Amino acid sequence: MDTLADSSVYADAAINQGLSKEQKISFLRDLCRIRRFEQTSLKYYNLGKMGGFLHLYSGQEAVAVGTISLLGENDHVITAYRDHGHALCRGMKMDECMAEMFGKATGCSKGKGGSMHFFAPDKRFWGGHGIVGGQTPLGAGIAYALKYKGLKACCLCYLGDGAINQGPFHESLNLAALFKLPVIYVIENNGYSMGTSLKRSSAYRGSLAQRAEAYDMAWDVFQGEDVYEVRARTQPAVERARERSEPTILEIRTYRYYGHSVADANAKKYRSPEEIERYKTQHDPIQIWRRHLEAEGLITEADYEEIDRQAREEANHAAEFAEQSPFPSDSEIQKDVYYEVDHQTEAARHGTYFFNT
Amino acid sequence: MALLTYREALRAGLDEELARDENVVILGEEVAQYNGAYKVTEGLWKKWGDKRLVDTPISEAGFIGMGIGASMLGLRPVMELMFWSFAYVAFDQIINNAGCIRYMSGGLINVPIVIRGPANGGTSVGATHSHTPENLLANMPGLKVVVPATAADAKGLIKTSIRDNDPVMFMENTLLYGEKWEVPDEEDYLIPLGQADVKREGKDVSLIAHGRPVLTCLKAAELLAAEYDIDAEVVDLRSIRPLDEEAVLATVRKTHRAVLVEENRPFCGIDAQVASLIQEKAFDDLDAPVGRVSTIDAPAFYSPPVERRQLPESQRVIAKVLQIC
Repeated sequence: MDTLADSSVYADAAINQGLSKEQKISFLRDLCRIRRFEQTSLKYYNLGKMGGFLHLYSGQEAVAVGTISLLGENDHVITAYRDHGHALCRGMKMDECMAEMFGKATGCSKGKGGSMHFFAPDKRFWGGHGIVGGQTPLGAGIAYALKYKGLKACCLCYLGDGAINQGPFHESLNLAALFKLPVIYVIENNGYSMGTSLKRSSAYRGSLAQRAEAYDMAWDVFQGEDVYEVRARTQPAVERARERSEPTILEIRTYRYYGHSVADANAKKYRSPEEIERYKTQHDPIQIWRRHLEAEGLITEADYEEIDRQAREEANHAAEFAEQSPFPSDSEIQKDVYYEVDHQTEAARHGTYFFNT
Repeated sequence: MALLTYREALRAGLDEELARDENVVILGEEVAQYNGAYKVTEGLWKKWGDKRLVDTPISEAGFIGMGIGASMLGLRPVMELMFWSFAYVAFDQIINNAGCIRYMSGGLINVPIVIRGPANGGTSVGATHSHTPENLLANMPGLKVVVPATAADAKGLIKTSIRDNDPVMFMENTLLYGEKWEVPDEEDYLIPLGQADVKREGKDVSLIAHGRPVLTCLKAAELLAAEYDIDAEVVDLRSIRPLDEEAVLATVRKTHRAVLVEENRPFCGIDAQVASLIQEKAFDDLDAPVGRVSTIDAPAFYSPPVERRQLPESQRVIAKVLQIC
């Protein structure tokens, strides 16, 4: 298939040349872990174990794995509500993420955020944001702080193709270009803003990323199914941010196998079964990466099966952990609202903070 | 004590905090080279330079959100809104990001930002520029809301707000910027959030207010004393959330009558909450129903004399007091 042929160029890119066998296998592990984590979460969602929405990332995994693999110790990540892949790539544990979705006290946000709102500031992962496009000014702000502190670093701020028509995103682009902020806006273009196709939602010429030209900003557009390609095409943006403190828009074309969320009643109506099947068989990021590693002689089919089995086992264990964890107590409701109250500081000594009836 | 305008007192507070903490950065429309649309930041850009005083484009959702993001990493942005009325285009950022991120992260993140600017009517700028959103913002747990009425309070509260580790919505008043008050000279003049202030002692009725209506109440109190021999106590809430409930209850227990005065409109105004508090916790202390004087319930009127009457005037306060005294 042509994808593999094209990607040989990317496999040879400098940023990929230096990858060790262990690093390449760790990418496969991450791809499988995201997929298995989500398949397990879907199973328990359908069993009624989770509340709210479940926005699955399946099909898009190479975007998170490829882009985040380029980051160093001062770089930061923020994304929208389809956040499981980015969270796991950032080093969050399946246990805490699954428990969060089960609404348990052991969840990464103590059961206060849910699927759309994972956070791990210690891993420089700033969410997990539910309002479409609402995280894009925050991404500019994270980059602003990095620049203010004089760090050579960048912030990767992800959004979907449905977010590009939100006003605050355009305001963020203007601010990023005007103030020369080291932010990279990664549009994960899966073709649909919920049930509305790109053609029906967005006016554009050529590509969505091309809108960057209006802000005199660098941009690129490429396919997101091959980790080599994602890394090779993202690296210049990372360097641009770190070395020159300039922003970039990347549009990464990808596909989601499931609906907008599991609650998307029309998930099989606005896309043909053939379209979904074509992506699964021809463009699956896990299979593409697996074939690379097999072709390079780094793994055997048995190795792949073992890596996948471990991912499945880890996800199953996370579900068990989540099941067995306690729900938060009601006494948690008025905690984590105000820093000063939580820490019982001098600043919180006066006045009433909560107005209970 | 120095005699300072409200504007000068605010500026002194900002200047002191810029000097104290290098993470303090002031951003907003026209705050730097233009010296501030209302001259609050006059001279600060010249003194502190481009890094600490940053002019932003007219882009409230963008720059308020940017400030919130920067604060998550430990900066202490002080964001100026030319008018609080303009916050409405940044509402998602303020409510969902400044207000909810700490909670949704299970307490892993805090947002030490101050958003400040004028929120008042009375300047004939029409409904879009005359909003007083302290009630809307105080409705959101996670946000703090402060409304200083005097120069001294403005200075003491802005300094405390900048040091606070939670998001503080700081509401000023264009009609007060040029008014002068005594401001304490002490080096680090701080007023805690959540502490009301008795601006005038009295024994017959409590006038409870925040922002410029505190001054309206002080004027009404003088007239009540002179013409009706009624000795009114004036309590300035200063901070809406946290709210000094004890101060409210203490004054009601002292005078047994209360009139609540605010520039908010009555429906879901701050004083709806204060009235509820009084009836719940000081019912037996009351000798009369709690009275309220608010802005007359409509969008802000443009025509100057009509707008003046739409806002809570001292004559309306006096009339309400006379109904219950």
